[in-house]
Amino acid sequence: MAAVISSGFSTGVERADGAGPAPVRVVVAYGFWLFILSDIVMFSGLFAAYAVLSDNAAGGPTGRELFDLQKVFIETFCLLLSSYTCGLGALAAEWRKLKHFLIYAALTFSLGAAFLYIEFSEFAGMVSQGAGPTRSAFLSAFFTLVGAHGAHVTIGLLWLIYLVAQIVIKGLRPAVLRRLLCFSLFWHALDIIWIGVFTLVYLMGKQ
Amino acid sequence: MLGKLSWEAIPFNEPLPMISMGVVLAVILVVLAVVTFKGWWSYLWREWLTSVDHKRIGVMYVILGLVMLLRGFSDAIMMRTQQAIAVGAAQGYLPPEHYDQVFTAHGTIMIFFVAMPFVIGLMNFAVPLQIGARDVAFPVLNSISFWLTAAGALLINLSLVIGNFARTGWMGYPPLSELAFSPGVGVDYYLWSLQIAGIGTLLTGVNFVTTILKLRAPGMRLLRMPVFCWTSLAANLLIVAAFPILTATFVMLLLDRYVGMHFFTNNAGGNQMMYVNLFWAWGHPEVYILILPLFGVFSEVIATFSGKSLFSYRSMVWATMGICVLSFMVWLHHFFTMGAGADVNAFFGIMSTIIAVPTGVKVFNWLFTMFRGQIVFSTPMLFSIGFIVTFVIGGLTGVLLAVPPVDFVLHNSVFLVAHFHNVIIGGVVFGSIAGYNYWFPKAFGFTLDERLGKASFWCWLIGFYLAFTPLYILGMLGMTRRLQHIPDPNWQPLLLVAEAGAVVIFCGILCQLAQLYVSIRTRERRRDPSGDPWNGRTLEWSTSSPPPAYNFAALPRVEAIDAFWQLKEKAGGRPAPAEYQSVEMPRNSPIGFITSFFMVVTGFALVWHIWWMVICSLIAVVTMILVHGWSENRHYEIPASEIAQIETARPDPGGRAWQRS
Repeated sequence: MAAVISSGFSTGVERADGAGPAPVRVVVAYGFWLFILSDIVMFSGLFAAYAVLSDNAAGGPTGRELFDLQKVFIETFCLLLSSYTCGLGALAAEWRKLKHFLIYAALTFSLGAAFLYIEFSEFAGMVSQGAGPTRSAFLSAFFTLVGAHGAHVTIGLLWLIYLVAQIVIKGLRPAVLRRLLCFSLFWHALDIIWIGVFTLVYLMGKQ
Repeated sequence: MLGKLSWEAIPFNEPLPMISMGVVLAVILVVLAVVTFKGWWSYLWREWLTSVDHKRIGVMYVILGLVMLLRGFSDAIMMRTQQAIAVGAAQGYLPPEHYDQVFTAHGTIMIFFVAMPFVIGLMNFAVPLQIGARDVAFPVLNSISFWLTAAGALLINLSLVIGNFARTGWMGYPPLSELAFSPGVGVDYYLWSLQIAGIGTLLTGVNFVTTILKLRAPGMRLLRMPVFCWTSLAANLLIVAAFPILTATFVMLLLDRYVGMHFFTNNAGGNQMMYVNLFWAWGHPEVYILILPLFGVFSEVIATFSGKSLFSYRSMVWATMGICVLSFMVWLHHFFTMGAGADVNAFFGIMSTIIAVPTGVKVFNWLFTMFRGQIVFSTPMLFSIGFIVTFVIGGLTGVLLAVPPVDFVLHNSVFLVAHFHNVIIGGVVFGSIAGYNYWFPKAFGFTLDERLGKASFWCWLIGFYLAFTPLYILGMLGMTRRLQHIPDPNWQPLLLVAEAGAVVIFCGILCQLAQLYVSIRTRERRRDPSGDPWNGRTLEWSTSSPPPAYNFAALPRVEAIDAFWQLKEKAGGRPAPAEYQSVEMPRNSPIGFITSFFMVVTGFALVWHIWWMVICSLIAVVTMILVHGWSENRHYEIPASEIAQIETARPDPGGRAWQRS
């Protein structure tokens, strides 16, 4: 197990300073991890905007009237569970168990799609009540922040299909496994962002 | 069918844009014709446009920066001329709506498409060589970054011909930049070109942090890296941490403009002050993204031309990283007058004063490096000394502006304009030219003409003081920035001096162009066979000039700071490896060029609301990414025999030519 983890998810931090160029896998994962950090900084801009504008409902509906915590809880549950199945899928791929991997990938996809469906129906419901993104600054910030996360999940799902196609056609080769590693980093990062959304937007907005 | 685009978008009745468009088109046509008649297309495509070699990409960045410098400078001299003549009853030759575009374009171009490409180009060229690497961590991504930057530059230049540019100033503050007050396409050009170029810059940041932290040669611990690598690391960390804020901010403004949202509008709860805060939360780190790598250039140049190792290397590293952190804590000094209150202003005033301390440490380090050194007054060294003097003045006026009560008086005056030009020209431009003169022989194998180089230095230095000292005085007298018409005739004499300064700077630029031309013409007698023309200290001078595609036949082993200097002291030069091994290098890729072409189309279509074109070109972009994401055969092998052949064919294989001096 320890060997798997060190070969699978090493970020190279334990390498001695001055040891020479790092292996490709470490370089790719590290670079992608940095990219994710930059993505999180982008979200921090959107979070900041939401924090500033969340009270500016301009006479329109507020979060307390609009949010349905039960739905959001199910949504959150789907996304967190999909992160778990994604982790299991990454381990299955690491152990070269193709069938297990495919099952976990299918589960990850379904849970991600369920998350998106709930989010989309929430958005559609709000727009039909006249609470669309152009109604007030609060709703602009809400739709942009939550929608940006949803767009990331959508891209993640499309990426997953693309990766599964590569794995089915090419097999679990090192280059493909590196791409899978990047995907799972990405997918877990979306969880971290969602926890922020769930807390800052929904829990605090419902108070 | 064509959205908002129609023939009216082309300003046929305005002579100035039409003439400049004609000139630009003529130049482009001549270049294309020459390339076609000489049959250079295949060479250009193979060796440059699709190249993923960090050295080639670095050179292309610098060329982009130089070309855009001409554009940005012509805006500058147009503004200086307008202000010098539009006094009292005279109205000058630029109507307000045109003048406003000129100052917006000048700022935007100079920051994003001159300074950034120049700085990133120098990093691209020198950093992998200095850390003893064969290329950057993600070479194809590097090519994509460059071409996205070029795409942004192309889009911004299209606005000259088709439609117009923003009239908001280069910060694009709302509510002026909102649809209600800027209904045309100008702000959209501004936003989309910066978004596209911004993606490129962000990817560069990711690429270089990974390169510097993960690809150093054996033995090169962090505290053995050349200072230029440290300052590049700091700048790229800032890119990763700051550029996404700009992306998010522009996304919000775009949503306001395209979808009718209310982030920064006057009504429905929008908040303009949030834009200003977010913009400068990126904008102040950006200042250091530009200057830090050039602090590195000055460190390399001063150490080399003083014949000494840098004074107090460690304090230089700490000062760099200190600035890197502090740069995120001073952004509010750009708008003390917003009214955040005395406590907030006091905090940011104090932080802005504190950030001057590490910069002061650096100045003393440079001075002590020169102290008792054997100084060679070469062109890069002259620019470095000119920098120290000029930058200290600019820094002091900056500390002055960091005092909130003073800022309330001088805010938005030309005193501020003089201050930031003082640090940008004295720091970023002087540093870029120093780095260009310093590394040019490494890139092309022959040195630049020293006489014209020195002439350009004196023109730049004298021109700078002539152009901007009057603005300090005028700012004190109360002249605000961005005036299309000068109400007070007493200001005219000083404005004429400033105009003369701009002309002297222009002579400096002409000297540089002449320097390049003369040097290429006389390259045969300025060849440098040693690869080490300056008796350098760091690893880039240990390989041949121009370096082979693989940079180093065998990865160097590093045992100290100034790795190459130590090799020369110990072994009398670069030891040739006993036997050569094959090297794996990244293949060329057209993906950067093609993707960016479609990004230009996308940006253009978005500006003009041509939705079908947006969809088609985005599909093309996604297809390119999918095709690339599927490929695996991205490397080729250079066999050991070929490397042996290249290495033994070097005119001075032992690298001992420096000893003749």
